[in-house]
Amino acid sequence: MAKITASVFTSHVPAIGAAMDLGKTQEDYWKPLFAGYEYSKQWMKDNKPDVIILVFNDHATAFSLDMIPTFAIGTAAEYTPADEGFGPRPVPKVQGHPDLAAHIAHSVIQQDFDLTIVNKMDVDHGLTVPLSLMCGEKGPVKDSWPCPVIPFAVNVVQYPVPSGQRCFNLGKAIRKAVESYDEDLNVHIWGTGGMSHQLQGARAGLINREWDNAWLDKMIADPAACAATPHIDYVREAGSEGIELVMWLIARGAMSDVPYDATDLIAARAHSVSVKHRFYHVPASNTAVGHLILENN
Amino acid sequence: MALDKPYQDIPGTIIFDAEQSRKGYWLNQFCMSLMKAENRTRFKADQRAYLNEWPMSEDQRQAVIDMDLNRAMQLGGNIYFLAKIGATHGLSFQQMAGSMTGMSETEYRAMMVSGGRSAEGNRKIGEDGDAQAHRQPQGHAGKKD
Repeated sequence: MAKITASVFTSHVPAIGAAMDLGKTQEDYWKPLFAGYEYSKQWMKDNKPDVIILVFNDHATAFSLDMIPTFAIGTAAEYTPADEGFGPRPVPKVQGHPDLAAHIAHSVIQQDFDLTIVNKMDVDHGLTVPLSLMCGEKGPVKDSWPCPVIPFAVNVVQYPVPSGQRCFNLGKAIRKAVESYDEDLNVHIWGTGGMSHQLQGARAGLINREWDNAWLDKMIADPAACAATPHIDYVREAGSEGIELVMWLIARGAMSDVPYDATDLIAARAHSVSVKHRFYHVPASNTAVGHLILENN
Repeated sequence: MALDKPYQDIPGTIIFDAEQSRKGYWLNQFCMSLMKAENRTRFKADQRAYLNEWPMSEDQRQAVIDMDLNRAMQLGGNIYFLAKIGATHGLSFQQMAGSMTGMSETEYRAMMVSGGRSAEGNRKIGEDGDAQAHRQPQGHAGKKD
């Protein structure tokens, strides 16, 4: 049986990718940020997954205003890093896992989540920057990412985005889907984006360190309560783009300590999660970077 | 019954909802075209001619030429789409975001390095934070000589 063993949470700021691609990681500005991921790169080597379900948002790259799917799962064999306006990032192509992805789509749709199925999609910094942060610099030709990736895109560009509660429940459905896959696979689920940032208007540059950390505490210890955070709180407290944090709740909802429903309370209570790593840094460009690794016990 | 839009009382912030999206459809689709290198070259060679190929409003075209991102957002632009124009001109997200505050690039970068903009006074219109309308433009540009 396939099993989700860990979740990873990280911001996905494009400037982080640029800093890695241009060899700037040891500059004074960037050094403290990348130091926060040293543990994570080693952890990735020591806990190499067979597949990563990578929850991210597309930033007007694969999806223009022609189509705006709320939830989209990638079922392709391969995804090419996108040209976002300054040429594609020099990183490896992303190999998919079409079998598991199709299985998840089938199961999750039958659990009442209407996923859009995507067989062709270029992937932007939302997906490639977390891979770079966790796996280190990788060249586009000779290197490859350590395992297949299932891209899972969430609309956080056009309001209203899905609620935190909806995302949290989706995470539960994804876990159920993974656990009904026959092959023995070690699966990680990653939630990306956030934390506080605002990229627009006179309020650009908003950062809310206290709110971010209180939200993170809650997401770890009482995720069901965290999932109830209304949209307006994210916008008001964490900036217009801070709303990306709802994506973290998909990964959190997929962990074993979260009961699927009322009949699952006792079983879930037997599980707990361990915080393997936690990191917070301001700024990366306009953004407060948050990072967390949780393992199922 | 009207839709609930509680985000309209936040200062210095335009939430890109369906209404904005409808206004900005062609402006944003023009931005998408800049993901191709040959289109970037054509746009940079003659911005006006390139923009005239798109059924946008004249105000939208002018906002693009002026790189007035606040105006472009009022007219339905979304920051992730508008970022393609910035990328075409070689601007980072930080330079673009900073340009919307009236601060110089150096001033904005210094604000971020010192921890970013505080939410204090900037949660609701009518408070006295630095993002409120009566305190624009920010930085040196807003100082009275």
